[in-house]
Amino acid sequence: MLKISNLKKSFRLPTGERMQILDVPQFNVAAAEQMVIVGRSGCGKSTLLHLISGIGTPDSGEISINGLDISRLSEEGRDRFRAEVMGYVFQTFNLLQGFSALENVLLGMSFSRGKVDRDRARDLLRRVGLDHRLNAYPRTMSVGEQQRVAVARALANRPKLLLADEPTANVDPANQQSIVDLIRETCQEEEISLVLVTHAMEVAEQFQRIEPLEKLNMVAQANKAHA
Amino acid sequence: MSIWQIAWRSVRQRALASSLTSFSMALGVLLVTAVLLVHGLVSKSFTDNSDLGYNMIAGAKGGKLQLVLNTTFYLSEPVENVPYTFYQEFLTKPQQEKELELMKPANRGELTDGTFAKNTEFAIPVCLGDYYQNFRVVGTLPKFFEEFKDYDSDEPKYSFREGRNFQVWNDEHGYFEAVVGSMVAQKTGLKIGDKIAASHGGDPNDIHTDSPFTVVGILAPSGTPNDRAVFVNMEGFYLMSGHAKVEESEEVGANTTGETISRRQPLPIKQREVTAILIRTSDPFSPIIIKNRVNEGNIAQIVMPVMEITSLFELIVKPIQTLLLVITVLICFVSGISILVSIYNSMNDRKREIAVMRALGARRRTVMGIVLSESIILSVGGGILGWLGAHFLLYASSPMIEAQTGVQIGLFDLAPLPRKLEVLLPSAIIENDWIGPLFSLELVIVPALILLAVLVGFLPAYTAYRTDVAETLSSSP
Repeated sequence: MLKISNLKKSFRLPTGERMQILDVPQFNVAAAEQMVIVGRSGCGKSTLLHLISGIGTPDSGEISINGLDISRLSEEGRDRFRAEVMGYVFQTFNLLQGFSALENVLLGMSFSRGKVDRDRARDLLRRVGLDHRLNAYPRTMSVGEQQRVAVARALANRPKLLLADEPTANVDPANQQSIVDLIRETCQEEEISLVLVTHAMEVAEQFQRIEPLEKLNMVAQANKAHA
Repeated sequence: MSIWQIAWRSVRQRALASSLTSFSMALGVLLVTAVLLVHGLVSKSFTDNSDLGYNMIAGAKGGKLQLVLNTTFYLSEPVENVPYTFYQEFLTKPQQEKELELMKPANRGELTDGTFAKNTEFAIPVCLGDYYQNFRVVGTLPKFFEEFKDYDSDEPKYSFREGRNFQVWNDEHGYFEAVVGSMVAQKTGLKIGDKIAASHGGDPNDIHTDSPFTVVGILAPSGTPNDRAVFVNMEGFYLMSGHAKVEESEEVGANTTGETISRRQPLPIKQREVTAILIRTSDPFSPIIIKNRVNEGNIAQIVMPVMEITSLFELIVKPIQTLLLVITVLICFVSGISILVSIYNSMNDRKREIAVMRALGARRRTVMGIVLSESIILSVGGGILGWLGAHFLLYASSPMIEAQTGVQIGLFDLAPLPRKLEVLLPSAIIENDWIGPLFSLELVIVPALILLAVLVGFLPAYTAYRTDVAETLSSSP
């Protein structure tokens, strides 16, 4: 499903020097596989997700999803690919405040070539337990409810790959488990590959495959050796 | 969800800021539309009224413009008079005999064809100087309402809403019959049969109460200054106290109750004066002939109302209105800038929203389109509101404008094209009742201003286009 090889990414510092952030020689995720990447804050987890989703571009290397190297696509091509093949759950939910729960889910369908399916949007909200909050606005919803809407939005386009960036970081412990369960169950039902990034070990331990980023990323290993 | 739906929700989310921005645009467009409308309609009123069916005005020597304003628009201070004998220069002998048939031959002297009679299609005298309340009293002859016609029409220019034209002599009312303009009737409540007394020179203490005129007709609205005037029989005007002293009377018959009807003698020619003569010449060369001959003499001057009005417009009215227009266009420009500032300022708060949309698969040009759509919604919404507001406002003020200028404004009357542009279009288009009004300056300038406001939306839209998604998503919300 997802194949990464020789992926490198650096950033230019204000001094003009370039700082290497990522160097991932090999990383694969099978179709419908659910795995978790763990690592401390600032080790490049979000950068890796941005590269996989096509939001950012690598300096070199290959990111292949279903056989298509997205690093070779134009920005517009990556946008379209992201809209049609991937779902994204953010740490801070990132619901649009001017949109109701239903409209936020519909927004997830609005940028792909497929039709905006209101029935599926309602169905997704029902599955995340919010069928009674369709027209509620984010500011009137609890943190847990907001993250449920964010999960429904990420699944709106029937993605093949779901990227979840610290989805439980801002959720209270009572809701944490239900969010993880919701994501995992939905991915299982719809045969979606899941790459979940977290620094919470209690979340990571629920997955069969746990990949510490320090192990995947040669830069982190080098830093560790240097330290 | 379409781009428009997303943009509308974004506008709705910032309801207060959006309303204020749109309101500022609405205010700008309201001002521009109002200025264009008033400008266009007043220009039209001036030019239409300077084409009342005559092409020359003869009056006392002095200010040309004052003569035109006084005679055509009933504005400005009254001018001096010219002798009645000068008026006779525009009449044939039979015409003079007919008009003076009630006068003793001794009082009218020898009648001959006037010098300019053969150059004249008609000449109508007017005597000004008196007022009824705030309305000008015009002493004239019944032919005022019979001979004035548009150049391309055989129908009299003025029609009566009620009653009839006044007569030179009427057995019941004598010389004292009057016709009032539609607005005079509306404002004063005058009706057929009412008696009115004019005041001399507008002085409320100097009212000719001894010679009241009976209203016998009310004019239909014409959208001209004549709506605001009271027309009285010139013979009666002469016989009002203070105008002339003629006591000589003769018995002319008996009325139905057997009472004797006595008729005072009309004022002798030597004592008569007229304020101005409205003339339509018989051919295109006559104006030059008449003008040169008259202006060489000491008695009177000839002015061409259209030329005077045009020069008044070019010299005074137009620059002021152009200045007003420039100011209001600047206001609109400022409104456009305020839309830019409003959306641009909101971009900082919205960077995250844009980044989220991009992360959900929105392309750069899609988010640019969303921001631009917001700008269009605010500009077009505000623009339409302002346009409607201006039309409703002017429609509500229509009675006041009509009282001041004689121009009636319909709810959706559009500002007419300036004459200079109008002549460039085929007359079949301009005169068409359906298509003609669409060729309006308003329908060019207002959309252009809205377009301008939309264009300024490109800057924030470009900011949205350039948003760095990864950096924005990585930053704290």
